Amino acid sequence: MDKPRVGVFVCHCGRNIGAYVNVPEVVDYAKSLPDVVHAEHNLYTCSEEGISAIKKGIQDYNLNRVIVASCTPRTHEPLFRSACEAAGLNKYLFEFVNIRDQCSWVHMEDPEKASQKAKDLIRMGVARARLLEPLEEVEIKVAPSALVIGGGVVGMSAALNLAAQGFDVHLVEKQGKLGGTLNDVHKLYPTNEEAAKLTNPLIQKVESYPTIRTYLSARVKEVAGFIGNFEVTVDQGGKESKFAVGTIIVATGARELKPIGQYGYGEMPNVLTQLELEEQMKNGEPEGKNVVMINCVGARVPGRTYCSRICCMNAIKNAYLIKKANPKAGVWILHRDLMTCGVESEDYYRKAMEQGVRFIRYSLERRPEVIGNGKAEKIKVYHELRKKELELPCDMLVLNTPLIPGEDNQEISRMLKVSLDEFGFLLEAHLKLRPVEFAMDGVYVCGSAKWPTDVTEGISQAYAAASKAAGPLRTGYVKPEAITASVNEDICSGCGTCVSLCPFGAVVLVPKDGKRVAQVTVAQCKGCGVCGAACPSGAITMNHFRNEEIMAQLEALMV
Amino acid sequence: MHENGFEPLIVGFCCNWCSYAGADLAGVSRFQYPTNVRIIRVMCSGRVDPAFVLKALEAGADGVLIAGCHPGDCHYIAGNYKAARRISLLKKMLAQLGIEAERVRLEWVSASEGAKFAEVVTNFTETIKKLGPGPFNRKTAKAEEGE
Repeated sequence: MDKPRVGVFVCHCGRNIGAYVNVPEVVDYAKSLPDVVHAEHNLYTCSEEGISAIKKGIQDYNLNRVIVASCTPRTHEPLFRSACEAAGLNKYLFEFVNIRDQCSWVHMEDPEKASQKAKDLIRMGVARARLLEPLEEVEIKVAPSALVIGGGVVGMSAALNLAAQGFDVHLVEKQGKLGGTLNDVHKLYPTNEEAAKLTNPLIQKVESYPTIRTYLSARVKEVAGFIGNFEVTVDQGGKESKFAVGTIIVATGARELKPIGQYGYGEMPNVLTQLELEEQMKNGEPEGKNVVMINCVGARVPGRTYCSRICCMNAIKNAYLIKKANPKAGVWILHRDLMTCGVESEDYYRKAMEQGVRFIRYSLERRPEVIGNGKAEKIKVYHELRKKELELPCDMLVLNTPLIPGEDNQEISRMLKVSLDEFGFLLEAHLKLRPVEFAMDGVYVCGSAKWPTDVTEGISQAYAAASKAAGPLRTGYVKPEAITASVNEDICSGCGTCVSLCPFGAVVLVPKDGKRVAQVTVAQCKGCGVCGAACPSGAITMNHFRNEEIMAQLEALMV
Repeated sequence: MHENGFEPLIVGFCCNWCSYAGADLAGVSRFQYPTNVRIIRVMCSGRVDPAFVLKALEAGADGVLIAGCHPGDCHYIAGNYKAARRISLLKKMLAQLGIEAERVRLEWVSASEGAKFAEVVTNFTETIKKLGPGPFNRKTAKAEEGE
């Protein structure tokens, strides 16, 4: 490799960095560092202008290392890497220095020290960049089929979409029937159509689709491998099926919270959840009865702070349907706030009011109380707006509870190596930049598995996930990161420490010239570097995070 | 001599998936913490060779923080457990060498724990301030020579 010629691009990020870090001073400092042949600042390095500046810099100054000091590599490294590639520079010769998320934003009260820290970080970055080496990515073949976990409306939509694009789909459903949560739902908002009218045709289509194989009463027992070649084991009542897929979609949904012990639930027979009400409504109930609903039971409270989003509309829909069928019955919804976002929903809310459904606002400080002997007979509620306590006649109390994470989420998280959020929902890679994708390559998520969604949103997400999952299937290959381990066979002693440490089975011992040496299967190596940190002979190089690179960063710690 | 105005230099090894993201979240949330830490990104806390920690101290760091995913949350399944074993052994070794084991700290910080990251750095900086300069802090050494 030629002598390093480092270019440093320091970003103002508007005022986000510029207001707290003295960017021009930092640029001057960068110019004084070894092998830095060019340094400049940009208002936004990620803008069209900034990207052009990087490309121009590479050409004008013959740069062979590029540093951007800016926001965070987690969001913007791919962009700057591709700018380098476009200018003919191997993308692994790019180095990111984080001076926004980990500097200017956390030291807003001390610009002088923040500037000093930015200089230190850039000095360390330059020390590392000088040693960076170009890496080449291998191509991995992708099996042209997908696994969809979950046979609800969202999973079925994803499966059908993938199948229509020409790919084989394995659809695994743990219940004995396709349809998921909608099997328990009576009608859907805002169309008031029966849920079965949506699910039945979908189920028929899935079951008759020649390239969709459905596994009912089944669970995914094991997933090994990686994008392009996941080896899946499905257990169906003791009978195991094994197959390979290129990509995986998780559409396992969520479940309704059963609010045991709240407002008499589990003790009084006429206290139900919304889904239990739906079951009764399928049979024509609750005819002529006074119905009180309480919203946000177990939601938006300490410990479960999120809004489940779908329950307000679901309650309004059921209240409307009950009131419309029995105009003489009293129907009340006791709520804290009402979430009826969107064109149809707000109109539906108005329609329910016109129909005679009564809405009463309560507060967490004065929750409604259930009065009755053995069953809910009256509901006492303090009307927040009228500043008055009311007693409502009640034949049926319906508790509107949030969707909570599916019971299998822990298992899915472990099996697919994907993250959970603080509540236990599956966590996508990035809310804005990578929706429906997991951080794990080749695995995607849609529907209520990641957050409570209604049918419309769920199907949109299913299509999004299916189109994402189809990408690698269509191209037929993927290029994973080249950040992998490699072994210097000459100094490997064949002790096998790395073999036992590798969580992916990527390192194996093979005979060579009369001894055993470690060998890395590049396609299986995820680049964690656990082996490199443990090799007693120093025979393992963890590319892009080599010992030399990290040591150089440390040596540059102090001036 | 150390108590007044001693600003420790701390190296923070953060794993890419959890702790580095947690450190980013501290920024996104504008949680303020002391300026003493210099973060080095590694893919996994299991990548942190104890030699890196020793090197950091030798290079003049007064403290070294290693932050990884919570047990069970490692992006690479169990790299954090390996880090935990290595760092606890290293701390024993440091004590034998006459270096305070408290200069090295292992913490679990998830991607959603921006507040925790800020708290860990604040707390660790305080600890190192109390301990005084590290064994190879060249700035202090120079100052002492000059005295």
